[in-house]
Amino acid sequence: MEKFEVIVVGGGLAGLSAAYTLAKEGVEVLLIERGDFSGAKNVTGGRLYLNPVRSLLPELWAEAPLERYVGQETITIMGEAASVSIKLSSESFRNEPRHSYTILRSKFDQWFAERAAEAGAMLVTKQKVDDLIWEDGKVAGIVSGEDRIQANVVVAADGIMSLTTERAHLREEQKPRDFAVGIKEIIELPAKTIEERFNLGDGEGAAQMFMGSLTKGMFGGGFLYTNRESLSLGLVVGVADLMAKKPPVEAPELLEEFKSSKEIAPLIRGGETVEYSAHVIGEGGYKATPRLYSDGILVTGDAAGLNLNTGITVRGMEFAIASGVFAARTIKLAKEANDFSRTSLAHYQELMQDSFVLKDMRTFRDAPSFLENPRLFSLYPQVVCETLEKLMTIGEGPKGKLSSTAMREIRRKLGWSWLNELRGALKI
Amino acid sequence: MSKDSIRAKLGHDTIKVDDQKHIKVKQEVCRSCEEKYCLYVCPAQVYVLNKQGEIELDLDACLECGTCRIACVKKSVDWNYPRGGFGIQLKFG
Repeated sequence: MEKFEVIVVGGGLAGLSAAYTLAKEGVEVLLIERGDFSGAKNVTGGRLYLNPVRSLLPELWAEAPLERYVGQETITIMGEAASVSIKLSSESFRNEPRHSYTILRSKFDQWFAERAAEAGAMLVTKQKVDDLIWEDGKVAGIVSGEDRIQANVVVAADGIMSLTTERAHLREEQKPRDFAVGIKEIIELPAKTIEERFNLGDGEGAAQMFMGSLTKGMFGGGFLYTNRESLSLGLVVGVADLMAKKPPVEAPELLEEFKSSKEIAPLIRGGETVEYSAHVIGEGGYKATPRLYSDGILVTGDAAGLNLNTGITVRGMEFAIASGVFAARTIKLAKEANDFSRTSLAHYQELMQDSFVLKDMRTFRDAPSFLENPRLFSLYPQVVCETLEKLMTIGEGPKGKLSSTAMREIRRKLGWSWLNELRGALKI
Repeated sequence: MSKDSIRAKLGHDTIKVDDQKHIKVKQEVCRSCEEKYCLYVCPAQVYVLNKQGEIELDLDACLECGTCRIACVKKSVDWNYPRGGFGIQLKFG
């Protein structure tokens, strides 16, 4: 039987980061990707925060095919017949080193795979891992079609639906409440049009988040990221809420309605849709993460449930990259000690706990339950819009004081229960 | 949303169809399932109710997102990815 020191299952960001780092350290690594190429199966909303991972792969970023650096952030709260936007246009986000970049995964991951191959990793595409090989209760390799390949360590990097993690008995059953589905279109527009329409400088990009009426009271929201010559436009909605919705709403219909809204239609005018994609997203946070290691196996990236939605930032890719690097570092040490048992691989958990990855996941562990509140997606957006509308309206007769108008609106529509919910928000 | 408009969107994607079905359902479970979440949670409308009241799968439209597996709380969906080199091949992602 063929044998490699390490087999990485899945050639996305976590898997490639692991394979690249291992190869650079002189560890023999085989990466197996089921798509025609790395990136063929990978979907992101669109933005990578670079600060947390810059120093983990320092030589990688200068040449990386990123789209636009994000210099402007907008959050739009959508009511039934009005919307309120808050825009941060930041000089510090525009300065080097840039804070975050929009990204297209098919492009980026293909490029990253080339770098991993250059570093000495062996990459096999168009091949799917079907099962694990077990020896004495330890993971000892993988099965792919007719092939059985042994390894000292298997790195599960096969995404949020990770069947590898499931086969290794490291994850509990996936519950609808812990997941959302993201639906996305790539809409092509000339670079010049994008820059004019979004008021952007050369190479600068915009990130926009939307919440409120677009998800009809369900958990979720919309997103828009500007790429070099396209927009990533999409919508995320909680799977459990979608299932419970009466009368039922079709997921793709939500995106169509969002596209035709006043907030979006003018931004995509004249653009041509060139791709439609969708993917499940982890929303369970820290409590939904599986066990990260066992004998002969490490779990990384989305497979490890490393997604973090705080309501105003949505993260995952930098966790994937960091976890891949930490997995590689752990394996390097395990190789030196020639010990691939769970005791030895537990070092991975320590690296993750000592880093931003599990620190941030823990800090924001209450965010998922806070964001479950349906009032956040219907009542509150509506009240914000109506209150601001009242304050800014000049009617025929005399106008009431601003403070009392606002207080009356809030008291009449929300009562005092929002104070209770404010306490929940203060935990985040 | 009409099947035609979903199909038009999917027309932009490259999907290499595998003749081996990567997702299967247990008709007897589906028949007794009142909610049939699969019919509206799927972003590509892969799941269709035929005239006999059975669930049919248009797997040539599958985006491999995983939503049906999460939503099928009756455990009728036997879910896997297409074989290597098949299924969606994203150009942008």
